[in-house]
Amino acid sequence: MNVDLISILGNFYVLTLIKLGLVAGVLLTALAYLQWIERKVIAHIQLRVGPTRVGPHGLLQPLADTIKLLTKEDLMPSHVNKFFYVLAPMVAVFFALSAIAVIPFGPKINVFGIETYMQLSDLNIGILFLLALSGMGVYGIALAGWSSNNKYSLIGGLRSSAQMISYELPMALAIASPLLLAGSLSLREIAESQAGFMLGFIPRWSIFQMPAPQLMAFVLFMIAGFAETNRIPFDLPEAENELVAGFHTEYSSMKFASFFMAEYANMVTICCLATLLFLGGWYPIVPSPVADYIPTLVHLAGGGMLIFHGLQPARKWDKYTMPVFGVAFLAVGLLFLVPFLQPILLPLFWFISKVGILLFLFIWVRATLPRFRYDQLMHFAWAFMFPVSVVHLFVTAFLVALLK
Amino acid sequence: MPPIPLPTAVPLTYYLILSAILFALGVAGFLFRKSLITVFMSIELMLNAVNLTFVTFSYQHKQVDGHLFTFFVMVVAAAEAAVGLAIILTVFKNRGTLAVDEIDSLKL
Amino acid sequence: MLDTIFFYVFALLTIGGAIATITRRSAMHSALSLIVSLLGVAGLYLLQKAEFLFAVQIVLYIGGIMVLFLFVIMLVNLDQAAKERQFNRQWLLGLVASVLVGAQMVWMLNSAGVLSLPAAVPAPAATGPGNIEALADLLFREYLLPFEVASLLLLVAIVGSVMMAKKTS
Repeated sequence: MNVDLISILGNFYVLTLIKLGLVAGVLLTALAYLQWIERKVIAHIQLRVGPTRVGPHGLLQPLADTIKLLTKEDLMPSHVNKFFYVLAPMVAVFFALSAIAVIPFGPKINVFGIETYMQLSDLNIGILFLLALSGMGVYGIALAGWSSNNKYSLIGGLRSSAQMISYELPMALAIASPLLLAGSLSLREIAESQAGFMLGFIPRWSIFQMPAPQLMAFVLFMIAGFAETNRIPFDLPEAENELVAGFHTEYSSMKFASFFMAEYANMVTICCLATLLFLGGWYPIVPSPVADYIPTLVHLAGGGMLIFHGLQPARKWDKYTMPVFGVAFLAVGLLFLVPFLQPILLPLFWFISKVGILLFLFIWVRATLPRFRYDQLMHFAWAFMFPVSVVHLFVTAFLVALLK
Repeated sequence: MPPIPLPTAVPLTYYLILSAILFALGVAGFLFRKSLITVFMSIELMLNAVNLTFVTFSYQHKQVDGHLFTFFVMVVAAAEAAVGLAIILTVFKNRGTLAVDEIDSLKL
Repeated sequence: MLDTIFFYVFALLTIGGAIATITRRSAMHSALSLIVSLLGVAGLYLLQKAEFLFAVQIVLYIGGIMVLFLFVIMLVNLDQAAKERQFNRQWLLGLVASVLVGAQMVWMLNSAGVLSLPAAVPAPAATGPGNIEALADLLFREYLLPFEVASLLLLVAIVGSVMMAKKTS
């Protein structure tokens, strides 16, 4: 019986379905909570408290938002081009969510004797596939802008298609230089080429890797990533004080939420990609015996801090909620010490914390920087980003050819 | 993980007939349509039919030379689109129409 | 089996998209149908193990060229043109010519003996992990000159379109 179950689970299709369910569930929940985190972080940067009403510390706010958006009336303005108006948000969310299919989260793992990769599918053109998806993503926004039949939407759509094409060039060039170091287009092989340490303590991540450290490419990639996801300071397509709400002015209810979800999914994809290309994927920052204890220490410190705050409550409910979260953190921290779970949890911890730090960067920038003017945006892309990335690629290619 | 079962191949002929149909459709659009932009799109259809033939033969001969030809055709198509669309915009600005049978004089 | 199903799906997308491209009234609809057709062709590339071309088709054709088309269509106002006659004066001649072209190509394929090939051509053995390395090898060894000429062509195209844009403003 037990053997039968394992052979069924080991079947390629069954296994893929299980992984698909897991990844989709985690991704969609993460997208909902990313919005909560963004609101909280921005609030604290601006000395506010953010959502607090629904659940402890507003933790159930994403659920409330989802219910609100699902049950709102789905308005269909009379002047829109109906077919494309409905199609546009689907296109946007479809291509944004498909990107997760090729992203690896960790190495090959062994669960109950079944060996599998922590990835949905390892394409040998993974990185080109992601570029293709981001190219298709333009259509969601451009179609929304055009089909809404509204001049603000149209300007938003035009701006976004011009902006995304312009920034795709420096982005592709910035991606090309770590590819030269890794010598592969598969995201898994790129990440695996960054394992190990130089001189015993410097991680062989692309941003440090000899002979051509990719720090500059990382910065260029992140800037282009901000532009590709239409985030501040590049959120010209939806600049609310010029264009009402840009390409999604006419959208309401779940269609509006689809654009929202697409934006956050794109953000997650860009951060995963930056982690895999430049920050060594799921490999730790320090050599192994120390690295194995860092997750536990981080969680213990977090849990201790929460319990400490629970003992000195600032708000009424803190003395109940904070210790509960603290104990949960301590439990998760201890989970990292179980030898059976370590090969699964440790790579996940490193991958997710790197992605999390980059996502925090996105939110931090949103709370800090003002918006570009449109001509500044285009000038920046073509007169600064593009030449710099070409020169950088050239130098990298030269160094790799000379020294490797 | 057991290997994914290899699918059986579709005959070469199907691909060739498909690309012949695609090319004929492109020719039809090129000759019929009045709008300059649609005429331009028909050219893209024809280019794609040719590309498909290249890739099909390349697959059948187990060589990648055909892929390279396709790649060059795409590069030329990109150059053609950039210049062609600039010309279309200029024509529209100067004459206010994109109908091919109304753009019939060399001087304005 | 799976391959055959995918072939018919992509073939349907390609032909359907192409027919819609040359018959739809609005230029916008034509462009979007063309995108569907190009996606179908990209799928056919994938079926023939041309992964690199699949990606290039989507990045370059759909993500680049077609966005330019949409851009131009949004910039020029074609509402008036969509209400007028869609086909030019020589449409009958055009129809005859295109049917002739199609028939000629089928005739050529037939006389070259391609149509009478056995139905089940064996699938080529999978050539390792993708053919991108082989492609790059060939491109930078045997086809280096065409590659450089192509880059020169692109440069000329950039300069040309910038000049065109400058003159009108």
